[in-house]
Amino acid sequence: MKILVCITNVPDTTAKISFTDGDTKFNKTGVTYICGPYDDYALSRAVELRDQLGGTVTVMNVGEADSEQVIRKCLAIGADDAIRVNCEPTDSYFVAEQIAVVAAQEKYDLILMGRESIDYNGGIVHGLVAQMLGIPSLSPVMKLEIDGNTAKMTREIEGGKEDIEASLPLVLGCQEPIAEWKIPNMRGIMTARTKPLRVLEPVGEGLTVTSKYELPAPKGACKMVSADEAEKLIDLLKNEAKVL
Amino acid sequence: MSVLILAEIDNGAIKKSSLEAIYYGSEVAKMKGTTATALVIGSASAGDLAAAGNFGAAKVLHANDARLAQGNIMAYADVLVSAIQHESSDVVVLAKSSLGDAVAARVSGKLKASIVSNVTELPDLSGGFKVKRSIYTGKAFAHVEMKGDCKILAIKKNAVLVSEGTATANVEVFSPALNDASFGVKVTGTHKASSSISLPEADLVVSAGRGLKGPENWGIVEDLANALGAATACSKPVSDLDWRPHHEHVGQTGIKVAPNLYIACGISGAIQHLAGVNSSKVIVVINKDPEAPFFKAADYGIVGDVFEVLPKLTKAIQALK
Ligand SMILES: Cc1cc2nc3c(=O)[nH]c(=O)nc-3n(C[C@H](O)[C@H](O)[C@H](O)COP(=O)(O)OP(=O)(O)OC[C@H]3O[C@@H](n4cnc5c(N)ncnc54)[C@H](O)[C@@H]3O)c2cc1C
Ligand SMILES: Nc1ncnc2c1ncn2[C@@H]1O[C@H](COP(=O)(O)O)[C@@H](O)[C@H]1O
Repeated sequence: MKILVCITNVPDTTAKISFTDGDTKFNKTGVTYICGPYDDYALSRAVELRDQLGGTVTVMNVGEADSEQVIRKCLAIGADDAIRVNCEPTDSYFVAEQIAVVAAQEKYDLILMGRESIDYNGGIVHGLVAQMLGIPSLSPVMKLEIDGNTAKMTREIEGGKEDIEASLPLVLGCQEPIAEWKIPNMRGIMTARTKPLRVLEPVGEGLTVTSKYELPAPKGACKMVSADEAEKLIDLLKNEAKVL
Repeated sequence: MSVLILAEIDNGAIKKSSLEAIYYGSEVAKMKGTTATALVIGSASAGDLAAAGNFGAAKVLHANDARLAQGNIMAYADVLVSAIQHESSDVVVLAKSSLGDAVAARVSGKLKASIVSNVTELPDLSGGFKVKRSIYTGKAFAHVEMKGDCKILAIKKNAVLVSEGTATANVEVFSPALNDASFGVKVTGTHKASSSISLPEADLVVSAGRGLKGPENWGIVEDLANALGAATACSKPVSDLDWRPHHEHVGQTGIKVAPNLYIACGISGAIQHLAGVNSSKVIVVINKDPEAPFFKAADYGIVGDVFEVLPKLTKAIQALK
């Protein structure tokens, strides 16, 4: 089983978001970066499947050199090797193209991603990569078992779930509870330092350009209603906020 | 050169989020001096389809091959590409959903069309094609210029304020050739809560957290939701503990909702929870701890015990009717 896991290098879920240079650049000062939480589920399941069925897990990131800390952590969790495409991942199509170029050469049985990145939240890259490779993609997948050449999956749908079967190769966007998040152990951290990390240069160009960022308007003060007169809230929602 | 909208069906009718996408598409069509066409895949009544006209569609293309009944992503993408060619469309609009996103991504890949997800407003067409999108899970916005011949916009709920008209759309049967190779993925079972209101589509949401103490106490949450006609939601620990199903969990790692009203009961308001609900128009927080961080993100708040407050609210709503 040859597995590719695509990971994002994103601000921690508690990070305060702000911009610099006249709102044209993300302000990285004081921000801790993590592997996308959904990508972490994908990686954890990939490592389990490799341990169970044999084979290799490669992690891939389209990103600048500062991603390497997160890539090394993925190697410490159990990936065998890594690929980084050296560029700023600004556009879904462009990112997908970098992944598809590598995947077309390497012929992975399974390409696991997160259901969405937590910076762009597109939920788009898996479908794009799958299309570029001419294979199916499914997301969000919450259960994955491999039986020979068949993947048996459970996918979340609006208001429920569905069971799905498809033949490999596949591209999957993963979410909990597909696996438990794994924490690197000491041995993992030691070996991660010497595992191969290939750096490639990008091909092609994106189809979108971000010109400016903006923060949401700050919330006004919260209007408090006393618990003894809770019914007053309904009056406010109906007549003041006009949402009922 | 019409603007094409991919509209999804649920229980034989066009989904509410898709009607919003149709209206959005028709507004873009007006800006471009053209008309809007909705592509509807799956079985729906003639009356329901013509009603797309109320939301601004001049025409509906109805693709109703029995093989399309299961929401097969690759086949839907084939049909959407055929429709884009049939209409010579250069703008495609759809409502963000797990099916829509996947179909749109494939179409972008097939046509090398630029694609932007989570669009929150109508585009700016003065010099190029610019859209505003939500990023960092609702914590910021980006202004993005879209290039290329064809542009695909996956819109977020409330991207446009819908005003319904009384026009009727022309319905045309649309039967492009289907490719057998696109039907390799088999759905072997579906488990769906039958009567509940769809959470991503809901205008009103009542959500509860660990403050409810246990699943046996959800009756008071459901009573309030039923009285309001609201969908129910929960925090992540609640679904992790199996008190509630996973598809009800909202937040950074769950469903993102954008209702007109979000009522949070016994939820502390961790930043990862807020990430899923920060696009709501009005937020109400009920928590016994006056220091709960959620109050900072709220429009209205009650410091109190959910076991006392919720039944009072339910009664007050019933009294309105
Ligand atoms: C990577 C990551 C991703 C995450 N993603 C999500 C996510 O998507 N969604 C999510 O929700 N969380 C998420 N979390 C977890 C999040 O950080 C919080 O732990 C979680 O939201 C807390 O849930 P809660 O508010 O229900 O519980 P608690 O934090 O335990 O809060 C319970 C609240 O109920 C109040 N309360 C108790 N009894 C009563 C009563 N009788 N009446 C009124 N109020 C009462 C308390 O004052 C308290 O504020 C994530 C965490 C991480 C690290
Ligand atoms: N820059 C990137 N490098 C590697 N994988 C990525 C990148 N961006 C997105 N992905 C993968 O695609 C998934 C969906 O991303 P998105 O479409 O941005 O929501 C993520 O969870 C990752 O698995």
